[in-house]
Amino acid sequence: MAQVDAAFLRRWLGRVSEAVGREAGRLTELDSAIGDADHGHNLRRGFDAVAAGLENEPPATPGAVLAFAGRTLISTVGGAAGPLYGTLLRRAGKALGEEREVPDERLGEALRTGVDAVGQLGGAKAGDKTMLDALLPAVAALPDYAAAAQAAREGAEATVALRARKGRASYLGERSEGHMDPGAASSALLFAALAEVAAGE
Amino acid sequence: MKMLINGAERVVADALRGMAEAHPGLAVDVDNRVITRSDAPVADKVALVSGGGSGHEPLHGGFVGPGMLDAACPGEVFTSPVPDQILRAATSVHGGRGVLFVVKNYTGDVLNFDMAAELAEDEGIEVAKVLVQDDVAVTDSLYTAGRRGTGGTLFVEKLAGAAAEEGAPLDRVAGLARRVADSSRSFGVALGAPSTPAKGGPTFDLPAGELEFGIGIHGEPGRERRAMTGAAEIADVSVAAVLDDLKPTGPLLVLVNGMGGTPLLELYGFHAEVRRALRERGAEVARTLVGNYVTSLDMAGCSVTVCQVDEELLRLWDAPVSTPALRWGR
Repeated sequence: MAQVDAAFLRRWLGRVSEAVGREAGRLTELDSAIGDADHGHNLRRGFDAVAAGLENEPPATPGAVLAFAGRTLISTVGGAAGPLYGTLLRRAGKALGEEREVPDERLGEALRTGVDAVGQLGGAKAGDKTMLDALLPAVAALPDYAAAAQAAREGAEATVALRARKGRASYLGERSEGHMDPGAASSALLFAALAEVAAGE
Repeated sequence: MKMLINGAERVVADALRGMAEAHPGLAVDVDNRVITRSDAPVADKVALVSGGGSGHEPLHGGFVGPGMLDAACPGEVFTSPVPDQILRAATSVHGGRGVLFVVKNYTGDVLNFDMAAELAEDEGIEVAKVLVQDDVAVTDSLYTAGRRGTGGTLFVEKLAGAAAEEGAPLDRVAGLARRVADSSRSFGVALGAPSTPAKGGPTFDLPAGELEFGIGIHGEPGRERRAMTGAAEIADVSVAAVLDDLKPTGPLLVLVNGMGGTPLLELYGFHAEVRRALRERGAEVARTLVGNYVTSLDMAGCSVTVCQVDEELLRLWDAPVSTPALRWGR
């Protein structure tokens, strides 16, 4: 696949919504170990709203799909995850402009721009045991979708050994070690869904 | 785990409907999740808006009313409100003199209130923010998200609310709020974990015979576990933690706060030990509040908050307040 259109991104976000729905319990369980036990349920509320909105009024361009999804997450999720995932998709959507089709490389660049914005907004860096530990290696591997999914999954696995320096888990100090970061786990779901949709093309 | 609810998804909406019918002084927008004073917007008064995750009641909705907050935005349980909600609160209480956001220092709360502040400024509303970060249990602010906002929030909302009610302009209300936040310190202890409706059970396991020291208010475990001990020793540890950090040179407001699952009988007994510990350290207490004010669902445990005050702050503390949870002077 060389070109990405709005329908492709709608399928991606629909797949994310299914995955988050399926894994909500596991994400909340991870969050209960080092956070406040709500990550899966909050994300499910957000991506359900994204999927419903995209079905009702499907935006025509790839940029508009991501911008809509970002705005919806900001308005429905709350917590840190809402503004962070929302900003990722909103900035990526903005970076895609108004074209009806963009090459894979452009989607990769746009998602890198979005992930940079997440870093700026949350103030975290690689190794702080946050969603960035899955997002950064994933977008670095784009436009190879399968490699991005694998990098995100490995990045999430690697957070188990880390000590949290940002977010609510940071209050636990060394007690945050030995648990996967829930934000990194949900980021891995995003890129797994992207690879699945790309493989189905 | 049994809960008196109709379902986890409905907990917040149901509580808001109940608050609306219990308190005629509040206007509650259940759909948009905004609680305002029923006489808002009050013309020519700085408006105070706060909010945060639900599960800390009476914070923040129970502190809406004359002399304290103009609006509160309850999020989902333990989840900060969204920017749209905060913007709606700000526009509905703005009386032409600007809005002060009182924000507890949690990553989510800070991000959502920052986004809302930008949106409100786009609509021509002047916004100032005060960040409450009073929890001394977070010792290493370089490698964490920084100190959490807990019991000190009550002092900020009461004292800044009183200043706004007297007609102080936004820069003065904001400056005073920051002074109160800077002068407040808290330390909390859990005897058990809270149970969230979404999880349907306790958020962490705490074996019998152990205590969590240095807890937050979201069911996150504390900094360390210690063997269970009595009220006297818990008071000694808590008082030492807040006083060693604040190093007060003047009189204190003291809040002995229950986390939601500890009976008032125990809290008063604990308060007696807190007062003894404060006396032993030569601290002077000006005013005291004992009760469940900044809670964490049904968590068993308590926190101690102190705030150093001068004559102005003490006068503002004594000024009339009329909210569901704090009410005196009129």
